[in-house]
Formats: sequence, structure tokens, C-alpha cells
Amino acid sequence: MAEPLSQGLAQRAWQRRLVLAWLLAPAVLWLLLLIVLPHVDLALLSLRERIAPRVYRPSLTQYRTFFVEPLYWQVFVRTAIMSALATALTLLIAFPVAWVITKVARGRASALLFVLCLIPFWVSETVRALGWLILLRESGVLPALLVKLGITPVPVELLYHDATILIGLIYTSLLFMVVPLVSSLESLDNALIEAAYDLGANGFVILRRIVIPHAAPGITAGCIVVFMLTLGNYLTPTLLGGKNSQWFTELIYTQFIVRFNWEQGAAFGFLLLGLSTAMVALGLRLSGQRFVDVMRRA
Amino acid sequence: MTAAGLATPDLAVDRLVKHFADHHAVDELSFAVQRGSFFSILGPSGCGKTTLLRMIAGFTVPDGGSIQIGGRSMHGVAPNRRPVNMVFQQLALFPMMSVGENIGFGLARRGVDKARRRQRTEAMLERVGLAGAAHKRVDELSGGQRQRVAIARSLVLEPTLLLLDEPLGALDLKLREHMKIELKQLQASFGTTFVYITHDQSEALVLSDHVAVMNHGRFEQTGTPQELYYRPATAFVAGFVGANNRIPGRITGQDGDVAELTTAQGWTVRARRSGSVSVSDAAEAFVRPEVASLERAADRLPPDHVQYTGQVQSLLFDGANSAVLLNEERSGFEFRVALPQTGRFADLKVGERVSFGFDPQRAICFAANAHG
Repeated sequence: MAEPLSQGLAQRAWQRRLVLAWLLAPAVLWLLLLIVLPHVDLALLSLRERIAPRVYRPSLTQYRTFFVEPLYWQVFVRTAIMSALATALTLLIAFPVAWVITKVARGRASALLFVLCLIPFWVSETVRALGWLILLRESGVLPALLVKLGITPVPVELLYHDATILIGLIYTSLLFMVVPLVSSLESLDNALIEAAYDLGANGFVILRRIVIPHAAPGITAGCIVVFMLTLGNYLTPTLLGGKNSQWFTELIYTQFIVRFNWEQGAAFGFLLLGLSTAMVALGLRLSGQRFVDVMRRA
Repeated sequence: MTAAGLATPDLAVDRLVKHFADHHAVDELSFAVQRGSFFSILGPSGCGKTTLLRMIAGFTVPDGGSIQIGGRSMHGVAPNRRPVNMVFQQLALFPMMSVGENIGFGLARRGVDKARRRQRTEAMLERVGLAGAAHKRVDELSGGQRQRVAIARSLVLEPTLLLLDEPLGALDLKLREHMKIELKQLQASFGTTFVYITHDQSEALVLSDHVAVMNHGRFEQTGTPQELYYRPATAFVAGFVGANNRIPGRITGQDGDVAELTTAQGWTVRARRSGSVSVSDAAEAFVRPEVASLERAADRLPPDHVQYTGQVQSLLFDGANSAVLLNEERSGFEFRVALPQTGRFADLKVGERVSFGFDPQRAICFAANAHG
């Protein structure tokens, strides 16, 4: 009696595993074919050097070039700093927005505000960036307005500055910061804020001791997403920064498409991957959080 | 008693008003709470008691009237500057902090240095029976322990007034009974003035020195638990505090302070009247289940009782609170009688005919009013 029963159970467990495998198959295939395989190929590419037409040998030249050529690593550092800055500014702007959506506005107003954050994303990133061009170029709307108001004597070029790139990046990233912040602030019980207030805390202390610790996973998740999106963004820095943008993704693009130097491009790609991983690890370490916790709670 | 009575009350509320869009949440309310007393505000949900408490704490701004705490006007004083602390319904302990940090939070805001803070936190934890729990996380505590931490977190600041917003509501029955006793003991040992709001009449009766029964933004009656129970001032209080048989009908006669009331089905009862009633007025009589007595033979009922006959509809066994539901024979009126604890009626059966009655002097009758 006991034997067939346990056999049945074993069969049931095996069936369940099969169903799970089938359900996971698309995700696994996607990861394998589109992420893992190309990266393995790129890794191999980045570790070789062309010595004659169609003759290659293993080498670290591509990585050496990066460190020897000042332009490359300067652009690399600049991209990292600008991305970190854009992430920090996005957080500063998104936090009050998320606060208003979750704690100040009620019911329909709150939903409406959230939709307002979403609406720009119905338009493609390219069109949005072109919108900025219309507004900011020398012959555009804003410079003309400044002249009309008598603030500048002649139209000034507002494109191709670092600030312009930052504005574009923040605008593109805002929603990805607002969403995790809203979800983490929504779960903050208002009674905790009132209790802290009741016990003598002022607004600043409540923010530092109650709100930020509670929202920390949301803040971290938002920062990770925004930082990665910004670091890997190609379109916005190129369109708004022009030749001055000096964004690392542009160097990768140049190597692959213009110079047809896939080996160098692959090495740059891996350096960027290493950079984003290192920055995320650093951010988690500084805020004392674990990646798994952040992703689960966000 | 006289000295305490003459001293400035810890809380004095004068003609306090708060209205929301469509109704008066708090309607011209005035009362005072003496130092060191346990004052409860008892009322059904939506009676305005939470609004009242939030105005005392400073979270809600009154539309009119004044609040004085410890003799000082609270007009324009923010919650973080009031000598008042609140124990929240869901306790609102800070989950991101340890038990010790929770209790030290208020002290830190007052600039108490770290060493003094730890010392006072430890002392407070010891007083509430949680010595050595300072390093624990809030979610490691049981419901009753959290309750004590929430109270300790407020009391460590030595407030003039401690406000409690139905803090026992989230606990299960057994723990609630236990915490009632503990709360009363805590209040007695600290001597802090407690203002406690609840919809649970048993909590209010057990804990309080004084209870205010609140309904529609007003106090129906303020008094000791005994006064509310034995001498309710209004029909609402009689119906809300303790179990009561409510008998609606019309006045059909008067005899000194006793009125005769007849229900629509024709059952006539006699009860002491409260306030003036006149013949043919709509009125309500209230008879507590323990005031009525039950006998198998009518002649064994006390002679001053008016006698009725009824049929047992159901038996409600609940240990010391056991009762029997009777249908009065002629009118079919459903009437509850408490069973004596001697177990004399342990063999009572559903459908049995019994005699019951009560002393009209211990029943009470009110003219029916619009919002009763």
C-alpha cells in the first residue's frame, strides 16, 4: 500500500517539475540566446587582436588601448559621473513627486498625477528628444522667448551643454524613479509619521529616521534602474549633446559601426558592463542593502 | 479629593467644535479631566471620539472652542510641542528601529544625551516588565509586549496627558482581558492622566475613573462607571452601556415616579421615569437582565415584582454571564433574563413556561427622542 502511494507522489512531483520547466523555457531561452551567447561571443572578440587580414591572436591589446588612450578613459569617467549626477538629481525631483502622489493627493487626484508622469512615455524617446531640440536650439522657442523678454540680446544656443544632457536624461528617467518610490511610500503607514511627530520630531527628523529608512529599497531600486538606463543611453546624449556629449556608448557605437573595430567595441562594452556592476555594488554597500531584498520589495 | 478638585485640570476643553462637510463631528463640547485620573470616552464608531482625540493631540485643527492642557492654551501649538503623547490604534511602533530606539526616540528629540537616554530607556523597560528587550526588533515581540512598548515610548517623556486610541482593538479576546488589567495597573503606578477612547463599554467600565458617553459629537453623560450603569441619564446611555432590555411603547399611566408603558403588542410594564413624561408620549423602558428574576412558580417571585409569564425561546450559556431569552406570553416580546449563578436553572428547557418579573424602581423609562 505504501509503495504505490509514494511512487504516485514521486510521479506527481516529477510532473510538477516538468510543468515548471515548460513555463520557464521562454525566459531561459531568451536569456541564453539574446544575453548569454552574444556576451560570450563579445568576450571572445574583446580578447583577440587582428594581426593580418583574417588572422587573429589572443591578446589584451583592446583593454590596454583603453587605459593608454586618455580620451577613452576620460569619456568613461565622465559618463559615470554624469550618470551618477543624473541619478541623484532624478531622485531629488522624483521624491517630492512620489510624496505628493502618495501622501498629499487623494483618490482621483493621486491617480491623475501618476498618469501625468506616465503620459510623456507614450511618445517615443526619439520624438521626445527632438521636442527638446525644437525648444532649445538657437532658432528655437526658448532662446526666442529670452530675447523677447530682454534677458539676452541675441538668441543663445541652449543645446550641446552638459546641463542640456542632464535635463534630457532626467526627463527620460523620471518615471522609472517615481514608480518604485510611489510603491514604497504607499506602504508607509501614516500613523508612523504622526507617531514620530507626536513624540517631538520635526519634518527633517521624520524624513531622515522614518521615511527614508522605510523607502530605502524603493530608492535603491529606482537609482539602480535609472543609473543603468542613463549609463547605457545613446540617443539622448547624442541628440542633445551633439559632439560635446562624449558619452561612452557613442565610443562603442563608433568602434562597431564607423571604425568597424568590433574587437575594440567589444572590450568597451565589457568595461561599461563592469562599470555599471561596480557602481551598483558600491551603492548597495553604501546604503547597507542586499540586491535580492531590494528587487523583491521594489 | 478637594485639593485635586481645586487644582488646574490636566485637560480642559471648552465649547470645542469641529465639523466636516456634512456633519458636526464634535459639537460644542466642554469637559475637564482631573490630574491623575483615567478618563474614557465611550461611543459607537462615527460618534466623533477619534476627531476629539486628534484635536487634543494637535493633528486636527478645531473650528472653534479651546483646549487647555496643564493650564496652557494649545491654540496654534503643533503636536510635536504639546505635553501630550498618543498611543495609536495600530500602535505605530517604528519597525526600522529596535525596541530601545523606539523608546529613546522622543528623548533624543528633546536633546537627552545618549548615556542618559539608554539609562532612562532601560529603566522604563524594566517598569513595564520588558527588562533587557532594548536590542530586540519590534517584530520579535508579542502583541502584548508591543502594547507595553507603545505605552512606554510615550510615558518615558512624562507627558501631562497620555491619549490612547482604542489600543486594545487589535488584540484577541484573551490578551485584551489581560491588557485591560495591565493598563489599569500601569496608570495607577505612573499616575499619569490617561484619556482613553473606545467603543467597547467593558473596557471603559473596567478601566476608568470617569467615563463620558459620546454620541453625535456630544457627551450624553459623564460620570463614574457605576453612575452610568445604574443611573443612565439618557436612553442612549441606557442602551449603550451594559446589556439592557429595551422596551419601546407609549405611556399609558403614571403613579408618582413610576410610569406605565404599553408596547405596540400590548405588553404593559412599569418603570421609574427619568425626566418628565406624559400619558400617550412615545417612550422607552430599560430593564437590565440581572434586575429581572426568574421562577418556575409565580408565587415565589418577590412580592414587589410585577409578574409576567413567558416561554423559554433560547438558552444563552456563557458561564457567569449566562442568560435566557424569553417570549412574554401575551405580546411575544423578547426579554432577556440573567440566570442566577447557583445553577438553579441548569435544567431549564427551551419551550418551558416560566414566571419572571422585576422591581419597577430598578427599571428606567425615558421619553423617546429624535436621536435616541
